[in-house]
Order: sequence, then structure tokens, then C-alpha cells
Amino acid sequence: MSTETAVMPEADVPPAPGDGRPSAGRLRGRRARKDRAGYLFLLPWFIGMLFTVVPFFASLYLAFTDYNLLNSPKWIGFENFTAMFRDPVLLKSLQVTFVYTFVSVPLSLAAALGVAMILNKGIRALPVYRAVFYLPSLLGASVAVVLLWRYVFGLDGIVNAFLGWFGVPAIAWTSDPDYALTTLIILHIWTFGSPMVIFLAGLRQIPVMYYEAAAVDGASKWRRFRSITLPLLSPIIFFNLIQSLIASFQTFTQGFVMNDGGGGPANSTLFYNLYLYQQGFNQFNMGYASAMAWTLLVIIAAFTALTFFSAKYWVNYDN
Amino acid sequence: MTTTLQSPKARRPDEDALIERFGSSRKSRFARHLALCLIGLFMMYPLLWLVSSSVKPNGLIFSDLSLWPAEWSPQNYADGWTALEYDFGVYFSNSIVIVVLSIVGNLFSCSLAAYGFARLNFTGRKLFFALMLGTMMLPGHVLLIPQYILFAKLGWLNTYYPLLVPNFLATNAFYIFLMVQFMRQLPQELDDAARIDGCGPFRTFWSIILPLCRPAFATTAIFTFISVWNEFFGPLLYLTDPELYTVPLALRQFVDSEGQSQWGQMFAMSVLSLAPIIGFFIAGQKYLVKGIATTGLK
Repeated sequence: MSTETAVMPEADVPPAPGDGRPSAGRLRGRRARKDRAGYLFLLPWFIGMLFTVVPFFASLYLAFTDYNLLNSPKWIGFENFTAMFRDPVLLKSLQVTFVYTFVSVPLSLAAALGVAMILNKGIRALPVYRAVFYLPSLLGASVAVVLLWRYVFGLDGIVNAFLGWFGVPAIAWTSDPDYALTTLIILHIWTFGSPMVIFLAGLRQIPVMYYEAAAVDGASKWRRFRSITLPLLSPIIFFNLIQSLIASFQTFTQGFVMNDGGGGPANSTLFYNLYLYQQGFNQFNMGYASAMAWTLLVIIAAFTALTFFSAKYWVNYDN
Repeated sequence: MTTTLQSPKARRPDEDALIERFGSSRKSRFARHLALCLIGLFMMYPLLWLVSSSVKPNGLIFSDLSLWPAEWSPQNYADGWTALEYDFGVYFSNSIVIVVLSIVGNLFSCSLAAYGFARLNFTGRKLFFALMLGTMMLPGHVLLIPQYILFAKLGWLNTYYPLLVPNFLATNAFYIFLMVQFMRQLPQELDDAARIDGCGPFRTFWSIILPLCRPAFATTAIFTFISVWNEFFGPLLYLTDPELYTVPLALRQFVDSEGQSQWGQMFAMSVLSLAPIIGFFIAGQKYLVKGIATTGLK
């Protein structure tokens, strides 16, 4: 690593006699040197940003073209976007993604908060429990676990065997369009460990004396949860909610591996990004796929913005 | 919104034990442990079943659902290892090469950028920082198609470059953010003292800040390991030659080839593919938990 530009920054300019303060020119020189050092450190990042910023605008351009990778892109205006409204498969994939997100995100966050609150009560073996609950969230996106899920929910898999004890007849989880998405929602909930760890870290910041004071005042458990835990934890709930929403809208691997790259029975697990992949890389409709990507970006931005706006009604930043 | 998580007032484990001991009745303590154990068992069961199935003969996997195999057969591991076009040694070494280089790349490029953002003052710093945070929220698929075209034009399809080069260019804003959060906690006096002793920013970075950031680097390395080891989409897109396949791509071939009856082999290789993650998790749990508590990283 080169150091010569920066070592001993003041040595080359002797101070002017009778003037303790540096001159304007020297200040500018120091400023430029500081800038140069900063930009040098950021150099890899700047180059990396080129790999982000240029494709960002390029895909916006491609969204308005007909492009199949072989011929050069042909400008077609809003045709890709209007075609999307008439594409029943696309609308189905949007529906799948929405159902998946709006069912699994609240459920997994609720599970995360619930378990975190039990763990926060002061419990022995906390690290062991935390590890057991956290581990699945590291594995949930792996091909091995999604493959495992296919067989856990197979016709003669362990889920049906378990339900069989209670007299529930075997369910064709993975091949019945009514149930296929459910298996992936359960997989999502199975990974509640990472928001749980964040909740737990937040809960441990709430001073125990608040609860003691409330207990002295005779507040019920529910009341303490409503009036102490929820408000003080709201910034963290907010953070987890945004993170989970953004990640969930972009689900891909689970759908792809569950059904060998297809959309599953009656496209019931055709996630939006999976359909985007099929359009872009199976059928080489690169323009259409770009239009889809930008539409998803707008949808995600809209939901993120909505969450941010709603924050002022329920997120508490007082402390 | 996340820095609030790091206040030193957090409860310590020994306090937990005290609260448990004196703060609640024996009955409610028992109920809590029972609930947690049940939830934990439900969550672990699929993984335990996977391990147990991997050593059962094929005929028993779905007919005998008990966790303890009535009959042991390590044969699945031997057969599974060589079941595909190349043996799993090839896929594992491919994955290891990609993971190791990705870790090196992320540590190198993200620590440089993080030092710039956290400790240096330069024109446009705030703007660039905001831009960096913005890319954290950006859905990857928006960049996908132009990036694919670019990599195709560079002749990088069917090579590891599309998977590796971005890691050397600090494109993973999460890790920059993590390191920035960490570096900001270090006292500014360190930099001042170094400067008075004649250190320029590079020397300060290399000799003062880097050695202090080891915990943040450990967190970054472990997260990079887990996410790159699991990564499926990038390899699926860019690698078509089976000789270059990573472990997740290879695993998927077990169902592609419709060797419907070879569950045991597939489960055996699945166990091997998950084992390094679990190993790293156990070894680096401290860093992982701290990491996600400070950044919300998954």
C-alpha cells in the first residue's frame, strides 16, 4: 500500500512567520489531499458503482425495447408494460408473490417476536435456544433444504405421517395447487430466527425497571406488552418489516428448486422473479424481463415508502 | 435505527440466570422451557430426518420414518459422491475456490471503502454514503439483464469472473455498512495520535484501524461464506459447463436426472453440503449474532 502521498502532510510547507493560521492556499491544498486520500480508498467502490449505475439505467432503457440478445434493441415505447397487463401468467406470478409475502412476513415476524419475548424473560441456556432457532435461517435459502422440503412434504413424507396420527388424510402438498405455496410459506416461517435475533437484541435494551414500575401500578401482562414493549420495540419492528418485505418480494430459489425451474402445479409457486428469469433467460425476451424488473422495483419502492409513511403513526423514536 | 442496539446496558447472561432463578415461579419457568423445547424440536426435526435418511437404505427412507435408522448404510455417501457426471470432489473444490476468493475480495474492497466512509473527510462523502445505502435496498434483478449482457460481451460466461469480480469492487454494501458501524465506534483519538506521529491515512488504516477491526472482518467472512456457499442464482445463470458447477447446482441435478429412487444419495450429499455451514455457524456464532444485531443482515 502506497504511503508517500500522505505521510507527513505538513512538512513541505514551512509556516509563514508571524501567522499562526494557515493561509487559504494551504487550506485548499490540505483539502485536496484529503479528497485524494478519500477517493483512493473508495476507488474499488467507485468502479463497482459503475457495475451498478450503468446497468441500472441500461435496464430502464431496455424496458422500452424489444430485445432478444441477438438483434439490437428495438424501441417499442410502453408496449412491454401494456403487454404485462394482458399477460395472465404475469398476473398469476404477481398474485403468488403477494400472497406469499403478505402471509409469510407477518407470520414469521410474529413468531420471531413471540419467541424472542420468551427468551428475553431471563432463561438458562439462552445461547443454546438462540442457536437452535437461528440456524434454520442460515439454511432456508439453500438448495439442499428446499430439496429436503419436497420430501418432507411428500405424499409419504414426515408431515403427512405426523398429521396421520391425528387422522388427517394424506395431502398432496407439492402437487396440489391449493397447498404448494403453503409449503414454501412454512419454509419462510421456519427461518424466523434472523429477525428473532434482532428482536432479542432490541428487547434486551428495554430497562427492566419499566416493567417493574408497571407491575407495581398493577398493569396487566397484555397492558405491559401494549404500552412498554411494542412502543419501545417499534423502530426494530419497522426495520425487520422493511427488510423482510424487500427480501420476500424477491424470492427465487425456493420456487425454482421446488418445481425444477417451473411454476409448480397450475403455476401456484411461480414467483415473480422466477417468471422474470423464464422470460429473460429461457425465452430471451430481455426487453420484457427488464420491464418486469422495473415494475417490481416500483412495487417494492411503493411498499417501502408506504411503510415509511405509516411509521409516523406507530414507530416511536422518542428514546 | 440500528445503532441503538449496541448500548452497553444490555443484560448479561449471568443476570439472565438470576432473573430466571428468582424472578419467576417454578411452574412458569417449566412452561417456558417446555414451549421452547417443543418449538425447537419441530424446527430441528426436518434436519434430523435428513441426516437419518442419509444413512438409511433407500427402501427404508419413506417406509420407516423413525429418526433412529433400523439399518445403517454408509453406502449412500460413497455412491452419491460419484453419482453425477463429475464426482463431488470437483463440485466441492469449485465451491471452495469461489467462497475463498469472495471472502478475500469482500474483506479487501469493503474495508477500504468503509475506512473512507467512517474515518476520512472528503468532498461528497455524505452523498456517496447515501448512494451506498441506496444500493443496499436495490433489488438485484433490476441490474440482472444488463449485467448479464455486459459479462457476455466480456466473454465471461461460463467462467467464475461474474461471481468473483463484483466482490473485489465493494458491491456488497451490507458489509461496508457493517464495517462502517464498527469503525465509527473506535475513538477518533487513535487517528489523531497516529497523524501526530506522522502516519498518513494509508498507514493509519493499515497499522491502526485494520488490526482493531478483526471482529467485523470475522463477521463479514462468515456471512460471505454462508451466502456464497448457498448461492444458487448466480451460478445457475453464469455456469453452464458441469465441470464448473458449484455444490448447489450439482445437488439440483439429482432431481433433474429424475433418478427418482436415489433419495438416499441425494440426502447424503445434502448433508455434506450443509455441514460446512453448520460448522461455521457453531464456530462463529458470536460474530454472527453480533453482526445481525448491528446491521440487520440476514
